[in-house]
Amino acid sequence: MGRLRQITGTAASVPVTLFGLILVTFLIGRVMPIDPVIAIVGDHAPPDVVARVRTELGLDRPLIVQFGIYVARLLHGNLGNSVMTTHPVTQDIATYFPATFELATTAIILALVIGIPLGVIAAARQGSRFDHAVRVVSLAGQSIPVFVLGLIFLLIFYVKLGIAPGTGQVDVVYDGMVNRITGMLVVDAAIEGQWDVFWNALGHLVLPAIILAYFSLAYITRMTRAFMLDALAGEYIVTARAKGLSGTAILWRHAFGNIAVPLITVIALAYAGLLEGAVLTETVFSWPGIGLYLTVSLLNADMNAVLGATMVIGFVYVGLNLLADIAYRVLDPRVR
Amino acid sequence: MSGTTLRAWLLTDTPASRRQAAWGRTYRGWLLFRRNKLAMAGLITTIVLIVASLAAPLITPYSPSAQDLAIRLAPPTAAHWFGTDELGRDLYTRVVYGGRITLGMVVAVVVLVAPAGLLIGSFAGYLGGFVDKALMRITDVFLAFPRLILALAFVAALKPGITSAVFAIALTSWPAYARLARADTLTIRGSDYIAAVRLTGAGAGRIVLRHIVPLCLSSVIVRVTLDMSGIILTAAGLGFLGMGAQPPTPEWGTMIASARGYILQQWWVPTIPGVAILVASLAFNLFGDGMRDVLDPKQR
Amino acid sequence: MLTRRSLLASGAAIGAGASLVDAPGAYAATPPGIVVMAKQIDDIISFDPGEAYEFSDNEVDGNCYRKLIVPDPTNGTKIAGDLAEKWEISEDGTNFTFHLRKGVRFESGKAVTAADAEFSLHRVVLMNKTPGFIITQFGFNPDNVQKLIRATDEQTLQMELPSPQAPSFVLYCLSANVGCVVDKATAMAHASNGDFGNGWLKTHTAGAGSFRLTSWQASDHVIVDANPHASVHPGVKRIVLQHVKDPAEQLLLLQKGGVDIARDLLADQLKSIAHNPEFRIESAGQGTSMYIAMNQSMAELAKPEVHQAIKWAINYDAIAKNITPMTWTVQQSFLPRGLPGALSEQPFTQDLGKARTLMAQAGLPNGFNVTMDFISAPPYDQIAQAVQADLGKIGIKVQLLPGEQKQVITKTRARTHQLAMLVWGTDYFDPNSNAQAFCADPDDSDTSKLKILAWRSHFQNKELTQEVEQAAKEVNAAKRIALYQTMQKQFWDVAPFAMMLQKDEVATLRKNITGLRLGPMPDYTKYSAIRKV
Repeated sequence: MGRLRQITGTAASVPVTLFGLILVTFLIGRVMPIDPVIAIVGDHAPPDVVARVRTELGLDRPLIVQFGIYVARLLHGNLGNSVMTTHPVTQDIATYFPATFELATTAIILALVIGIPLGVIAAARQGSRFDHAVRVVSLAGQSIPVFVLGLIFLLIFYVKLGIAPGTGQVDVVYDGMVNRITGMLVVDAAIEGQWDVFWNALGHLVLPAIILAYFSLAYITRMTRAFMLDALAGEYIVTARAKGLSGTAILWRHAFGNIAVPLITVIALAYAGLLEGAVLTETVFSWPGIGLYLTVSLLNADMNAVLGATMVIGFVYVGLNLLADIAYRVLDPRVR
Repeated sequence: MSGTTLRAWLLTDTPASRRQAAWGRTYRGWLLFRRNKLAMAGLITTIVLIVASLAAPLITPYSPSAQDLAIRLAPPTAAHWFGTDELGRDLYTRVVYGGRITLGMVVAVVVLVAPAGLLIGSFAGYLGGFVDKALMRITDVFLAFPRLILALAFVAALKPGITSAVFAIALTSWPAYARLARADTLTIRGSDYIAAVRLTGAGAGRIVLRHIVPLCLSSVIVRVTLDMSGIILTAAGLGFLGMGAQPPTPEWGTMIASARGYILQQWWVPTIPGVAILVASLAFNLFGDGMRDVLDPKQR
Repeated sequence: MLTRRSLLASGAAIGAGASLVDAPGAYAATPPGIVVMAKQIDDIISFDPGEAYEFSDNEVDGNCYRKLIVPDPTNGTKIAGDLAEKWEISEDGTNFTFHLRKGVRFESGKAVTAADAEFSLHRVVLMNKTPGFIITQFGFNPDNVQKLIRATDEQTLQMELPSPQAPSFVLYCLSANVGCVVDKATAMAHASNGDFGNGWLKTHTAGAGSFRLTSWQASDHVIVDANPHASVHPGVKRIVLQHVKDPAEQLLLLQKGGVDIARDLLADQLKSIAHNPEFRIESAGQGTSMYIAMNQSMAELAKPEVHQAIKWAINYDAIAKNITPMTWTVQQSFLPRGLPGALSEQPFTQDLGKARTLMAQAGLPNGFNVTMDFISAPPYDQIAQAVQADLGKIGIKVQLLPGEQKQVITKTRARTHQLAMLVWGTDYFDPNSNAQAFCADPDDSDTSKLKILAWRSHFQNKELTQEVEQAAKEVNAAKRIALYQTMQKQFWDVAPFAMMLQKDEVATLRKNITGLRLGPMPDYTKYSAIRKV
């Protein structure tokens, strides 16, 4: 019962947080130094057209009224229209989010597959050269800016060596060939059996995914190692060793089994962190995801798009944090 | 002779005063830190960076804004160790001055964030009740955004520039410190020690400021040193997206953004500032890691 | 139906197949029959000619629609008929009669008639969107346009002006993007809520040009396909405009064969490719001017000696030679070269001695501090820094304030700038557009009906303002040109604007691509002759 109350307590604070989020985003949108009307009608429009559009957008009304209208529309699922694309923002987000999801998920899978074993083994061999190397590599991952690594990788692998394809999700030639089913190009191409598009899209996915994966990896390896060190110091390990269990069995079945729970929290947080990394990576690689959508909208003062994208990212972030919180409470019997 | 007596004084098992105990603790911490080679490398690099930034005018042959349009994008030569950028300015000079900007931004953010977060968190944790809940909801809202995105939105709303970037990064960083201080306060406030102080009639303000805050300090310091690299990266990220320091200010991220188009032919122009960011960030990380091992070994 | 898949299958896709290994030098060519153009197209808002006003959408419209008249492609100062075979203008300049060609068809197959031309012009005035002023400035409004612009029969369009205007002025305005003739039947079939088809025409075309719009994905790509009913059949079946924001990336794609044409290469990229026989660089002057505005609301900038000091302090040649070779050239008149009446003298060169003397005469020998807003993208950032250095030499300490283009525009519209370095594209191919923008400020108050560049910097000069209005109504062509020449000379002496550079539109093509005709404005850049060998 206590646990349920705790979870509902945490969950109940979410709407308040979300409301705060909406308020902050709205205020940011209204304080921008770019006149959104100019973004729509352009600089050459005569004053009467400007005034007319301003009234049409409701921008001449008091801020409170505007906020009220905004929230009311929001509750109906209406995020307004984007000036850049002329589509409803909700449609744009549905268009662009899957690409970020594709990138982030690939990155996290890579990070987990490589990062967790690295962390476990480094902990097992604490103090060794391997351990030091892992620590430096993971620290370096938290020290390089994403965009620098991205630019360097592009320079080396695309320009100089010609191994990797260029930026974008797919080569220009293949654009528009595959129908949108999930929105993730690699998956859609596979579903439709268009294998040349599939391979091309996969090729384009590799470089940005590796870069993002490196960043998650840095964090995941570090936390795994830290948790394992704690676990390996526990008394039950001493008991297990006394019983004569092999090193590998101790490592993986006992120690690792015990850290699986906090690790889930780490994974959720790492995934959330990828959203941040996505903004910069998508800029460098022209990846058509929500990070790029947000940056471009910001630069164009496309208010509805900025608010919509920021809120969706915020919601996902809150959701992931909530999930991590719940998982931690539910799965860890020690926390009451 | 005085060296060994000083050492003995510091390492004695029976300190005669509180001050001696404090110094002894610091010295022991230093010895522990020194043994960590990576941390030492970080510390030395950090010191070199700080010294270089302070001494920038002395160690650079040119002015960071001196243009020479005739020698744009020149490769490294004896006259220009790192070559020149897209307006013919000496890259080495700009990188060194860029260090000033970066360190300045980091210090500015820390000076804003650490005290504010510490105070807010400790008061929230100690007072509890409505104050605590309200403050925690506010930090929740800020923590709900990925740091870069919120900073980006803030700077876009204000005017892009170093001041806005510093404020934006500070605004997005303080919640973490508040949370940390609050967590520490919650652990401490129920202790006998605090109960005893309360019995002496001390008010809440005095208790928090004189007794609780000092105890939270070590975890905040650790967090600060670890965060410094994050601040450097966020500042560079903002500069890269055009929202941070603006040209001609030689901030590393901004320099990369301006020179991004030249990565094919004159790759050194955007790459060298990138390396500078990496070195500075890594140095702070190694240093912070070492500090954490010493001050808060449980957090390993 | 023509799809990319079918084109790819039919042609021999050299190396365009699945390959992670792309050896440098060898390239995956774009399929035959398709030309891929890398261009920044994130400025597109709509393709409706009554609404579009940006470079990219005007360019696409110019290839999908035809107008009554266009500037003569061989001589910009003359007018040639496009849909109009011939026309007559009454003695007093108020009555225009256009006779349309027979046998022209829209992409729907329907014949082009005067009713469509009438409809197109009516809707521009009735919708009154951003470019509407180009037509309404002659006195047309929703109440009178249906009477004044009439199709008298299938092939004849009658236009009556409320008051006399310079005929060349009127004709050039009809050759602007708003003059595109829209297929009335198609537009009205898709009209909703009395929008004259605007909602549908935002993302579709209904014109008689050589191409038709097949698809548009914002900030990603535009695809136009050959119009089967066009009078001039294009040389390729399909043109893809691919959005590539970064010029360096455009160059890379061009070199690797991912695109056939790159439209936005900057000086540095052009230099690196100039001697490569694989590629060809073509350029044409465009009606886009770069200038520095000096807000007269700031006391120091209000002094006429300071205007001239600034103009004499800037090293225009060094900027054009070192920062923007091949892409921007020095043009110090407010009329871009190529426009009728434009002067091509460049009276100002860097003369620091003269500039300093002027500053002393202004009573500011030690200079002063000032801010300058500018667009933060290349090459503007570099030019701004060069200007900052130049002005620093005469004591003017410039603090640079970069921003996104729309941000800087917002600031100048709010008149809160001091110095601002910006770009202005002429609205139509007639001197009145820029003359009005730079010289006319009849009402300096906040409720003025005219809030263009002179107004934004509080530049109120009664003489110039009057001359602008006079020239717009001058029916005698020679007298009109003379008036504009006088204005340009006066401008050099009194205006708080340092006109610096004029844009050259540059296209870099693979050697097997020919026929791209760059025009003096985006509306006149033609794809119809593009061929891929």
